[in-house]
Amino acid sequence: MIADKIIEAKDVSKWYGTFRVLTDINLTVGKGERIVICGPSGSGKSTLIRCFNRLEAHQEGEIIVNGIRLHNRMRNVAEVRKHVGMVFQQFNLFPHMTVLMNCMVGPMWIKGVPEAAARKTALRFLERVRIPEQANKYPVRLSGGQQQRVAIARSLCMEPAVMLFDEPTSSLDPEMVAEVLETMTSLARDGMTMVCVTHEMGFARAVADRVLFMDSGRIVEEGKPQDFFTNPRHERTKLFLSQILSH
Amino acid sequence: MLYPDTVESEVLVHKPWFVVSIFAVVLALCLISNLTGTAMGELMRPVIGDPLQSGFYGRFAIALFIAVSFCLNVVLIGFAPLKVQIAVVWLETLLLFIAFSTTFNLSLPFIWEKLPFLITQGLVTTIYISAISIFFASLIAIVAAVAKLSNNGFAYAIASFYTSFFRGMPLLMQVYLIYLGLPQLGFLIDAVPAGVLALSLCVGAYMTEIFRSGILSIDRGQWEASRSMGFGFSLTMRKIILPQALPIIIPPMGNMFIAMLKDSSLVSAIGVWELTFLARTLGQSTFNHMEMLITAAVIYWLMSICLELIQSRIERHFARSKAR
Repeated sequence: MIADKIIEAKDVSKWYGTFRVLTDINLTVGKGERIVICGPSGSGKSTLIRCFNRLEAHQEGEIIVNGIRLHNRMRNVAEVRKHVGMVFQQFNLFPHMTVLMNCMVGPMWIKGVPEAAARKTALRFLERVRIPEQANKYPVRLSGGQQQRVAIARSLCMEPAVMLFDEPTSSLDPEMVAEVLETMTSLARDGMTMVCVTHEMGFARAVADRVLFMDSGRIVEEGKPQDFFTNPRHERTKLFLSQILSH
Repeated sequence: MLYPDTVESEVLVHKPWFVVSIFAVVLALCLISNLTGTAMGELMRPVIGDPLQSGFYGRFAIALFIAVSFCLNVVLIGFAPLKVQIAVVWLETLLLFIAFSTTFNLSLPFIWEKLPFLITQGLVTTIYISAISIFFASLIAIVAAVAKLSNNGFAYAIASFYTSFFRGMPLLMQVYLIYLGLPQLGFLIDAVPAGVLALSLCVGAYMTEIFRSGILSIDRGQWEASRSMGFGFSLTMRKIILPQALPIIIPPMGNMFIAMLKDSSLVSAIGVWELTFLARTLGQSTFNHMEMLITAAVIYWLMSICLELIQSRIERHFARSKAR
C-alpha cells in the first residue's frame, strides 16, 4: 500500500511568525482518491494544500509527496512540482501567451517535449475541458470560467500524479461555477487523484471519497461524504454546515 | 487617453467668455511689450506707416491684429476633427519656432557647408556612443534590478551602492572621474570608451529602478503559477515575469533613452568629436555660433522623434495581449 500513497503528511505544523496556522495535521492521500477540504476562511485549508507543492514551507512534521520528502534544503523541488498540478482561485494564466502556449510551455520547458508533441497534448486537454476553439486567443479574451478551465488544462498537460485545487470556483459567477465543477467532476470520474479546497458542497457530496473539515489550523472532522453531511459529530462542523447549507 | 466620458462636453474654445478672455490677455500682453520694432511692425507698415514713428496707434494696431488672428485661429481649430487639430497646432507651433530661429539672421550657406561633416562625424559618433551605452546600461540594469530584489545581502549591498553612487553624482563628474581617474589606477582609457562607460553606468543606475519597479508590478500569482509548474527562478524571470514587465517599463525606458541621447553631449567635455563638440568648435572660428547650435539642436530633436516613434510602435505591439 505504501507505493500507492501520493501525499503523506505527518504531524505537520506551520507558523506565520508566532501565529500557528497549522496544528498537527495528519493526512494521507492515496492514488485515485478524491479529497475535499472545507472550513471557514482563515482555517488554514489553502495554506495546507500550498504546503503540498511547497509554495509554503511547514516548520514541523513531515510531508512526503510522490515519494519525495519536502524540506527547507531540498534541491529537487521542481521534481515534486512536475507531478503536482495546481489550480488557483485567481486562475493565474500567463497573460502574455495564447491559451495554447499556456498549455504548451510546461511540457516543453520542464519535460523537454518537442513543440509539435506539446501542441498535440495541449489541444487534447483543451478538448478535454471543452474549449479547443479558444486555443489561439489571449486569456483576457476569455470569461472567468473559461480561464479556469484553461488553467485546469494547463496543469493536466504536465500529466500530474495529483491535482490540487485552491478554491477554484470562489472568484467565478454562479453560471461559470457550474462549467468548472463539471470539468472537475469528469476529471474525478476518470480517476485523477485530487485534493480540493472548496465550498461547493454539492461537488463534495458527488465526487469526494473523503471530506475534511478544518477549523483554526486543525482537521476537526474527517469522513465519507454521506456520514459527514448527514451525521457530523462535532459541534463546530454542525454549525458550519448549517450556515453553508441553510440557503 | 484619459477616461473619455460618453457625454460630449461643450467645446471650450467656442465659449464666448473663454474667447473674450483669451483676446483680452493676448491684447494686453502685446500692448505691454512694444512690438513696433520687430518683424511684426514691418509687416504692418502698409497700415501704420513707419512703425517706429507710429506711436501708440501703431502699437495698438499690431496688438489688435495679433489678438484677432490668434482668437480666430483658436476658434477655427475648434471646429476641426481631432487629427486635423493635432496636425494644425503642430505645424503652427513649428512655424513659430522657425520664425524664432530666423530672428538670429542665420547664415544658411554656412549651415549647408558644415552640415555634411556635422552628420558624418558628429551625428554618427553620438548615435554609436548612445547605442552602445543603451545596450550596456540595459544589461547592467537588469542584473542590478534582480540583485536589488534578491535576499542575498552581498548582491543587494553592491547593487544599492551602485545605484546610489551613480544616481547621486552629476554625470559630468562621472565622465571626468572615469576619464581622468582610471589612468591613475594604471588603466589608460580613450575618450570614447570612457564616455561610453560613464553613460552606461549612470543610465544603468536609473534603469535599475525602472526594471525593479516593473518586476515588482507583476502579480505574485504569476510567480506562484510558474513555480508550481516546476519552472526555476531563471526560467520564470526570463519567460514569465520579464515579458510581462516589459510593456510596463517601455514608457519610462523611452524617456531614459531620449534623456541619454542628449546626455551623451556631456562626453564632449573630454574631447570626443560628437555632435555638441563639433557644433561648438565648428562655429567658433567664424563666430557662427548660433548656426551650429541650432542645427545641432534640431538634429537632436529629430533623433528624439525617431525614438518616440519607435517607442509608440513597441507599445502598440505589446497592446495585443491586453486588447479585449
